[in-house]
Amino acid sequence: MNRYPLWKYLVIAVALIIATIYTLPNFYGETPAVQVSSTRQSITVDTALMGRVEEALKAQNISPDGLYLDGSSLKIRFKDADTQIKARDAIQHALGDSYIIALNLLPASPQWLANLKAYPMFLGLDLRGGVHFLLQVDMQAAIDKTMERYAGDIRRELKNKQVRYGSIKRNGNVLEVQLRDADTLKAAQNVVSRTLPTLVVSSDDAAYKLTATLKPEEVTKIQGDAVKQNISTLHNRVNELGTSEPIIQQAGPNRIVVELPGIQDTARAKDIIGRTATLEVRMVEDDQGKVSDALAGNIPAGYDLLDEATSHGDSKILVKKDVELTGDNINDAQAGFDENGAPAVHINLDSTGASIFRQVTAENIGKRMAMILVEKGRAEVVTAPVIRSEIGGGRVQISGSMNPAEANDTALLLRAGSLAAPMNIIEERTVGPSLGKENIEKGFHSTLWGFAAIAVFMVIYYGVFGVFSAISLAVNVFLLLAILSILQATLTLPGIAAIALALGMAIDANVLINERIREELRNGVPPHSAIQAGYGHAWATILDSNVTTLIAGLALLIFGSGPVRGFAVVHCIGILTSMFSAVLVSRGLVNLWYGRRRKLTSLAIGQVWKPEK
Amino acid sequence: MELFRIKRDIPFMSYGRLTTAISLVTFILAVFFLATRGLNYSVEFTGGTVLEVQYQQSADLNLIRDSVDSLKLGEATVQSLGSSSDVMIRLPNKPGTTSAQLSDKVMSLLKAKDSTVQLRKVDFVGPSVGEELVTHGLTAAILVCLGIMAYLAIRFEWRFAVSAIIANMHDVVIILGCFAFFRWEFSLTVLAGVLAVLGYSVNESVVVFDRIRENFRKPGLRGKTTASIIDNAITATMSRTIITHFSTEMMVVSMLVFGGPALHGFAMALTIGIIFGIYSSVLVASPIALWLGVSREHMVKPVKPKEEAVV
Repeated sequence: MNRYPLWKYLVIAVALIIATIYTLPNFYGETPAVQVSSTRQSITVDTALMGRVEEALKAQNISPDGLYLDGSSLKIRFKDADTQIKARDAIQHALGDSYIIALNLLPASPQWLANLKAYPMFLGLDLRGGVHFLLQVDMQAAIDKTMERYAGDIRRELKNKQVRYGSIKRNGNVLEVQLRDADTLKAAQNVVSRTLPTLVVSSDDAAYKLTATLKPEEVTKIQGDAVKQNISTLHNRVNELGTSEPIIQQAGPNRIVVELPGIQDTARAKDIIGRTATLEVRMVEDDQGKVSDALAGNIPAGYDLLDEATSHGDSKILVKKDVELTGDNINDAQAGFDENGAPAVHINLDSTGASIFRQVTAENIGKRMAMILVEKGRAEVVTAPVIRSEIGGGRVQISGSMNPAEANDTALLLRAGSLAAPMNIIEERTVGPSLGKENIEKGFHSTLWGFAAIAVFMVIYYGVFGVFSAISLAVNVFLLLAILSILQATLTLPGIAAIALALGMAIDANVLINERIREELRNGVPPHSAIQAGYGHAWATILDSNVTTLIAGLALLIFGSGPVRGFAVVHCIGILTSMFSAVLVSRGLVNLWYGRRRKLTSLAIGQVWKPEK
Repeated sequence: MELFRIKRDIPFMSYGRLTTAISLVTFILAVFFLATRGLNYSVEFTGGTVLEVQYQQSADLNLIRDSVDSLKLGEATVQSLGSSSDVMIRLPNKPGTTSAQLSDKVMSLLKAKDSTVQLRKVDFVGPSVGEELVTHGLTAAILVCLGIMAYLAIRFEWRFAVSAIIANMHDVVIILGCFAFFRWEFSLTVLAGVLAVLGYSVNESVVVFDRIRENFRKPGLRGKTTASIIDNAITATMSRTIITHFSTEMMVVSMLVFGGPALHGFAMALTIGIIFGIYSSVLVASPIALWLGVSREHMVKPVKPKEEAVV
């Protein structure tokens, strides 16, 4: 009667096999590796690059353990950290600055496991060391900047349509245009509402005043763009740190999380994240004599020789030292298409920028102008287009000889020079690498010894049934680790604490069952019925108590942040796996052991004491 | 081996007055300490910067305190952490200076005094983040209570739901009271522990309630009073209660011993939670359920047709 149908054993067996496979990668450890990736869409990481890397390594007599393309990055394994560092230098030398070359640790598990998408658990910063930042974007600043731009636009449009106005003032998030009489007020209202549809315009007929505010959806869009903009800028900067797996993501409406695992030099990380890049517009010198002088190492006074990164490789470009315009005057840069359908970058200047630009372009038709991104003293030419005609109105379009990916890169770099809104670090955590290792060790030892103590106690107290309980508890650990590995959920120290606690609480189900069986035996029920009744009665209780615990876990998951969430994820999964292992697996073992014995007279469930009647 | 050889049902319900008095006293004491001493919130809640540094030999706390004070960064706390070579430095938030500058400044100063010092950990939390954590923590706690109450009310009876939650809140307040009394640091991890206790301790009440419901349905116990039915349920689940909690506590003790300072607060919260969890589910939740007037009629309704068949 205590027999499982075959399919139930199969379910358990399959679950165990899957759990073993997906837990395995955690035991292999990691090997040092170098990771090559690109910051730009236009520079791809492909087999050609792989060949270059291989050659560079061969030239230095370094033999990699493995070399493979993984999505948009190239990963090269080495047998020890020394070779890894040597190889990094060699690759860096061969490829130059267009690529990010980072040191990394790759799981050392065999290829067949990687093919099954079985990876080790993803460790949180508190376990592997690194830096975590929470940045808050100053939204008001982003909106202020937009309002300033609109003030300029209104000024320009009114001038174009020859509507006379008194003054344009910005009062918080409201623009106020003072006009002379009812006629100009009406005309102004028409012009503004027609040309600038993103504004809500209202007029005060008595004071001849026009007020304009942003539509709510426009405000949301500005805020969303500001965060997106800052995230992409952060990506660029973080790449410079050479971190293998940086995490940069939005957290809430105005916050950005940056996590840099394995970073040792936190001062530098903070410096790079917090710094501002500037964009400069300068004129290019194409005079062949001066250029060849400069290339020969003799740079004329008043000029700089700068790098220009293109998809064809790096080239040098000679620019004047005088800055015509800076990124402060750039409101926006977007990739798009020109009137012929060719990829283009559209730049939007503010009113000051627009008038300077008109003047510069009028004086330099036929010449080239360079847009230069200056970050931490390093200047790089983003693009250097030829000026074809005078450009007024503050709307600049750069087109010709670029593909959409390049247009995207250029727009991104131009925007990087004019960060949408300032950011503040509101939370920072730095964990040294030695502390991370110690945390893993401590968490592991806590769990191991706690588990051992429980297992020993169960075996002593419940005999064979205690062995079953201990085995199903071990299965629980396996399942939990496997699911965490499959989900690639981030494991933190509170997460390890949750694993330990999950085991401590999971044993409750087994105790309930075992006690119940003993009770049935005490009441004189024959062994087989006792097992059945014990599991049956205990099931309702186990379900109820686990559901209530799960409710607590889910609330933690929803409302918790940081360490609490790390705890909650494991806690919830642990509750689910413990129900499976404590009920299904332990019953399976009991059935396997006792199920076929027809004349069962006693159960090895420890001593069952009966009160004397 | 059988540890619990209980011949007769223990009349727990007749101790009701005594246990309620004990609960009330501990509860009031806990509230008193919470009110007068307050919780020793970690930097996650208060905002500020915490540095953990490690020296090769044992560190001279006074020397470190003096050098940190010389930077004039506000009221700094310097204390050892676990061992004599590990030091924790806590600094308040100061408008104007960023955490980046702050921790770099302190580190370079300490490095100048003793080059073997190593930065182990920096936590910086801005002032606005802490308030959010408190509101989120409270929302989570309230949600847990409501969720559990709703589930228990559906599965059992509202009287059980109310008494389970009262028993639970009693546990949580006592844990918090202990943290206030001993001035242990109350961090986010401890908060996770406290909320986990909320779920765990309900477990306990659920097991007892489950037995009470079963007893009400048993034809053999028909004539018994509610009090004796509850006594029987508690006595029957007694050994399971003790063994389960003992097992969980072994795990928690293992965390206390091997987990280091990072898990210490968490394990402490759980230890108190487990001890009071046993007490409250047996001696607080059940008397309250009895006092709220739980009776057979409330429990046997769902299985009426079955019961008629038996009788």
